[in-house]
Amino acid sequence: MIWIDTLAQGLLLGGLYALFAAGLSLVFGIMRLVNLAHGDLIILGAYLILTIAHATGLHPFVAVLLAAPLMFGLGWALQTFLLNRVLGNDILPPLLVTFGLSVVIQNGLLSAFTADSQKLTAGAIEAQSMDLGIVTLGVMPVLTFASAVAVVFALNQLFYRTALGRAFRATSDDAVTAQLMGIHPQRVFAMATGIAMVVATIAALYLGTRANFDPSIGPARLLYAFEAVIIGGLGSLWGTLAGGVVIGLAQAIGASVNPEWQILSGHLAFVLVLLIRPRGLFPRAND
Amino acid sequence: MNLSRPLGLIAALLALTTLYALPTFAPRAMVQDLFGILTLLVLAMNWNMLAGFAGLVSVGQQAFVGIGAYAMFAAVILMGLDPLVGVLIGGLAAAAFAVPMAFFAFRLNGAYFAIGTWVVADIARLAISQWKALGGGTGTSLPKGTAKDMAFVGPIKEALGVSTAAAADALTFWLMLTLAVAMLATSYVFLRSRMGLGLQAIRDNENAARSVGVDPLRIKAAVFVLAGFVTGLCGALAFIQITRVTPDAAFSVIDWTAFVIFITVIGGIGTLPGPIVGVIVFYALQRLLADYGTVYLIVLGCLGIAVMLFARRGLWGLFTDRSGIDPFPLTHRPPTSLALRHGDLK
Repeated sequence: MIWIDTLAQGLLLGGLYALFAAGLSLVFGIMRLVNLAHGDLIILGAYLILTIAHATGLHPFVAVLLAAPLMFGLGWALQTFLLNRVLGNDILPPLLVTFGLSVVIQNGLLSAFTADSQKLTAGAIEAQSMDLGIVTLGVMPVLTFASAVAVVFALNQLFYRTALGRAFRATSDDAVTAQLMGIHPQRVFAMATGIAMVVATIAALYLGTRANFDPSIGPARLLYAFEAVIIGGLGSLWGTLAGGVVIGLAQAIGASVNPEWQILSGHLAFVLVLLIRPRGLFPRAND
Repeated sequence: MNLSRPLGLIAALLALTTLYALPTFAPRAMVQDLFGILTLLVLAMNWNMLAGFAGLVSVGQQAFVGIGAYAMFAAVILMGLDPLVGVLIGGLAAAAFAVPMAFFAFRLNGAYFAIGTWVVADIARLAISQWKALGGGTGTSLPKGTAKDMAFVGPIKEALGVSTAAAADALTFWLMLTLAVAMLATSYVFLRSRMGLGLQAIRDNENAARSVGVDPLRIKAAVFVLAGFVTGLCGALAFIQITRVTPDAAFSVIDWTAFVIFITVIGGIGTLPGPIVGVIVFYALQRLLADYGTVYLIVLGCLGIAVMLFARRGLWGLFTDRSGIDPFPLTHRPPTSLALRHGDLK
């Protein structure tokens, strides 16, 4: 029965990774931009929630409501004033700019908050669990997974049911033609990055309440997120969720054999999937 | 006739002679400092070949440094070989690792190649952390007396009249300097060769390059494996001087890749002297901001971003654009009509 437990934990862990990945997937789908600072921006979000919770005494689940609009503003400004200037046929400038941003955010957080581990305290809910007969699941992991499903569902609704979503898809397909229809690609991109940062803030909430965090752990989150996006197939948000679950399951199975193998098994699962299906499980985009 | 070339050559030769003579008169701390700079320079020149000329933006160079270092330690500790033989083994091991890494990472195009190489480097780090004979996650040190028994250290010690440690430093310094000079010379010759021209053609327009018979995959793979080899050599050599290896230090993305990226970008990506200019700026910054902890990393990151926004060919690119002087031209003069008439280009 321990196997069922391992699989259930892996599945739920996958929800967290899908939350890390959803923002990355969205931004890539719309503007083909790979943001190397995505992991560090999630950590920045966690520190923002922490600061708000400390300053106001609010519960992290309430503080996140204040943090999300701030992060949206940050994402919007980042895209408008920095990233839009380097987008183009050459992939080098956006990569190097976001890599520089990653180092700046990491060390900025380090000087502001020191290297000490921090945690968001959510109270009694952290330790609660529910007994389902075959397995017992923690409330927080279940909530994380449910949030991941909700975020992916909401993003899909946004994508296929709203005017903004239509602008997203149009710009993604052909930015020049979209411009002829009165869409400003740069504004669309800024909205997309803003929304991606809201998703990153939700991810930060669960990251911070489930485990300790410090300024240096961003890049590892970026790698998990990236693996989930690629496994799922570029451009498919449900695929990203599936990709997160694959990484989560692989890590849980690896860790049950030997705790030192957790991260390694996740990486190896990624390599394996890519060798068998080079375009991921559910590819939609053509590049 | 352009006078800047012979003048530049004379200046370069003078600088080189001074550098080679350095361990005979300079204090040991200075030799060690310069060794660190040269290490970064070699790494930067390799990354520049990949990102600046082959269009392969790798964030996984720490894999080659780490594997080179660990292979050297394995050669010394497990096989009892001379560290210098270990350096060669380190380079070969890194090149051997580059082959499957290329096979995998080349499936990811463009930007995803960057994170793909990062993942592979992390796999290498985690796998080597499981190697218990070399200390697992906590790492290991070179045995005592390794430096003393290293080839050439004895004669150098006698010739210079210095301690064993200083003689070992001088030896590793000369080797690293030679590696840097060889790398620079080879890059220049390679980039002006037929294959180098093909490489730059691929970077500028892959489809156009294909249409004139350039095979992008073959050239890129060759450059990737060669850069892996030299990066491995460099990593192994660097860790002879450090004498202690841990997975986190040997596979550090900040030390072996982030610094190198900023150095190349600030100096001028896709230009040959770019890494040299960048490494000087980097060293000056590090010295200037040494007392402010992490601030210099923030400044470095901001500088890198600023260069990408306002001057994509870096400081060297700015210099050649403004002054019109380029001592290391990579462009070929168009063939004259005379040569065409004589049929030289058939």
